[in-house]
Amino acid sequence: MTDQTKSSTPAKPPFWRDPDKRALVFQGVFLLLVVVVLFTLIRNTMLNLEARGISSGFGFLETSTGFKIAETLIPYDESSSFFTAFLVGLLNTIKVSVIGVFLATILGFIMGVARLSKNWLVARLSAVYVDTLRNIPLLLQLFFWYFAVLRPLKNPKQADNFFDIIFLSNRGLYGPKPIFEDGSGLILFALIAAIVGIIVLRIWAKKRMENTGERFPVFYTSLGLIIGLPLLALIGTGFPVSWDIPELKGFNFRGGMVMTPEFSALVFALSIYTSSFIAEIVRAGIMSVDKGQTEAAYSLGLKPSWTTRLVIIPQAMRVIIPPLTSQYLNLTKNSSLAAAIAYPDLVSIFAGTALNQTGQAVEIMGMTLAVYLFLSLTISSLMNWYNASKALVER
Amino acid sequence: MTTQKYPVGQHPNLPPPNNTVGVLFWLKENMFNGVLNSILTLFSFYVIITLLPPLLKWAIIYADWTGDSKDACTKDGACWVFIRVWFDQLLYGRYPSDSIWRINLSYVIAIVAAIPLFFSAVPKKIKLVLAAFLLVVYPIICFYLYYGGGFGLEVVETPRWGGLFLTLVIAVSGIVLSLPLGILLALGRRSNMPVIKSFCVVFIEFWRGIPLITVLFMASVMFPLFVPESLSPDKLLRVLVGVILFSSAYMAEVVRGGLQAIPKGQYEAAAALGLNYPKSMILIILPQALKMVIPGIVNTFIGLFKDTTLVLIIGLFDLLGMAQLAATNPNWLGFTVEGYVFAAVGFFVFCFSMSSYSQHLERVLNTGHRN
Repeated sequence: MTDQTKSSTPAKPPFWRDPDKRALVFQGVFLLLVVVVLFTLIRNTMLNLEARGISSGFGFLETSTGFKIAETLIPYDESSSFFTAFLVGLLNTIKVSVIGVFLATILGFIMGVARLSKNWLVARLSAVYVDTLRNIPLLLQLFFWYFAVLRPLKNPKQADNFFDIIFLSNRGLYGPKPIFEDGSGLILFALIAAIVGIIVLRIWAKKRMENTGERFPVFYTSLGLIIGLPLLALIGTGFPVSWDIPELKGFNFRGGMVMTPEFSALVFALSIYTSSFIAEIVRAGIMSVDKGQTEAAYSLGLKPSWTTRLVIIPQAMRVIIPPLTSQYLNLTKNSSLAAAIAYPDLVSIFAGTALNQTGQAVEIMGMTLAVYLFLSLTISSLMNWYNASKALVER
Repeated sequence: MTTQKYPVGQHPNLPPPNNTVGVLFWLKENMFNGVLNSILTLFSFYVIITLLPPLLKWAIIYADWTGDSKDACTKDGACWVFIRVWFDQLLYGRYPSDSIWRINLSYVIAIVAAIPLFFSAVPKKIKLVLAAFLLVVYPIICFYLYYGGGFGLEVVETPRWGGLFLTLVIAVSGIVLSLPLGILLALGRRSNMPVIKSFCVVFIEFWRGIPLITVLFMASVMFPLFVPESLSPDKLLRVLVGVILFSSAYMAEVVRGGLQAIPKGQYEAAAALGLNYPKSMILIILPQALKMVIPGIVNTFIGLFKDTTLVLIIGLFDLLGMAQLAATNPNWLGFTVEGYVFAAVGFFVFCFSMSSYSQHLERVLNTGHRN
């Protein structure tokens, strides 16, 4: 071989063959295209809005709504502003999502573990539960709970009566509501103290285990703290709590606490549907832990319950958490199906009723989408943070 | 007691010990080995006994099967007459009954063309031709069959489409059209060009972050604002655009998973062979990546199939929508549950068979890498 190859430097390629320049041109053209499309859309929208006589802007948020909302977490009436209605919807969405996530997680973990049970019957039943509920659309389940189960209940006059304090009718489940009187602040204080105590206890117990290897019964102590401290405070202050018991007045109950059929149907449908997905995730997570881990734990002398708690579950959680996150996100997004049964959530009130009344489609849809994007990104970043803290630390 | 002696190697096979065979042993080993398990078993039995007999009584024993009006339903159980009377509407919506053969014909064509794809004995070339036919020619045939307006077929406007037929139209066209878009988005997200990459990331995260129902609201409320007034697209078309954009984002994430799983050596080998970007993608990377994510694509399809029920909220009547509509008919009040059960069985059959197929594929495609 001569040194021909060494001496000849490759000729500079023409600019259309240069990947860097080509990429620049390509991106420029793409950007231009996106801008043109966006511009056309915005221009069309402006023209259409003008033609329909709709003035844009967020001024409408200050005006009063004029419609009622059945369930509110904050004070609201017909003279409240659209912004208050927005907050009411948002809080209702968050309420349903939080309760739904909580119940779905519990139910899903139970079903997922049950499916791996050595008990043949339990495993079969849980498989039937998961396979059936996963394959039926959520909206259908929601309709079933609402139109086929909860609406056909008896009317308030013939309500099912439990001990004269709880009433079940087609207007919902009415129960007594605690009213805290003077001096009950101490109970809240005791509750907060119990929570702080539990956190401190956990940290201490973990440190002690790492140092000495001795385990401390954190769960039972925590349970005792969270029940015992408020109870002590209750006794100490002489029961400053009275109960507001619902009463039948006219066609419906007054007073007390209520779980409306819309709310119950939504929570049932969301948590049961999502639990069937969580069950599969939990099962896959537990199955992903190698059998050798169990055997190694046994050979170290750990008893079966400790093996599960200290060896299997921590490793399974790594596999479980990422898909679990997306299920939580799905549940939050699916809570928008509330619109189908008129539970006053964000989509139902704001993107539904308020949009029809004001016609401010762009602003209202924009705000609604922003809320969901914000919720999604918040949940996923929280879960990413948790995931990172649990992830396997490798070399 | 004398023990019988056998020559070495001549000992006959003895049956297993008596206490390790039979139903009772199986029951003891699987359902009553321990206090907790026994309690669980009894509880499960209790659940089955409280649920199953009333269900069977309602659905079969005390059900009414024959007749053609509400008056035929005299027994306590389910009134399947309701389903029988509304059967055509549940399957085809308000499609004119003398044109229903057009829909059935399209189903038959699809089934006949698709069946050979599932058999490994069929040569690959025939499979390719059939797949190309299903993806390119078949949609055009379907459009003319469903909408009409050519070949002497009467025009059927989309508001008359409904039932299971509409569910299938939305789900299938949603998935087929979102696949190419999803592939482009996935490639874009892995691109080195910052503008393209950030556009794709924003696009995907936007659509994945919002609920489908807001997409449908946008399709019905905002879409008309985005286009010139002279161009007022059909409601079904608007919904389809929304559904396609929505599911393309999910599809992109599925495909991205496949692209990430391709070893770097494949990209380098393609480059070393002198293939340019489109060629290396089409010939080397995508065939491997897509094959890997078929189960994921099927799962996305199942999700979309179930989510099509949401279109009833903006006034299109799919299978569930028709069941709901039938149950609110003044002549047929009080048969909500029958309608829901029928729709649930319909959805279950489709979704369950698809998910079983995807699990089967996962086992077939998962060759050798794990134990």
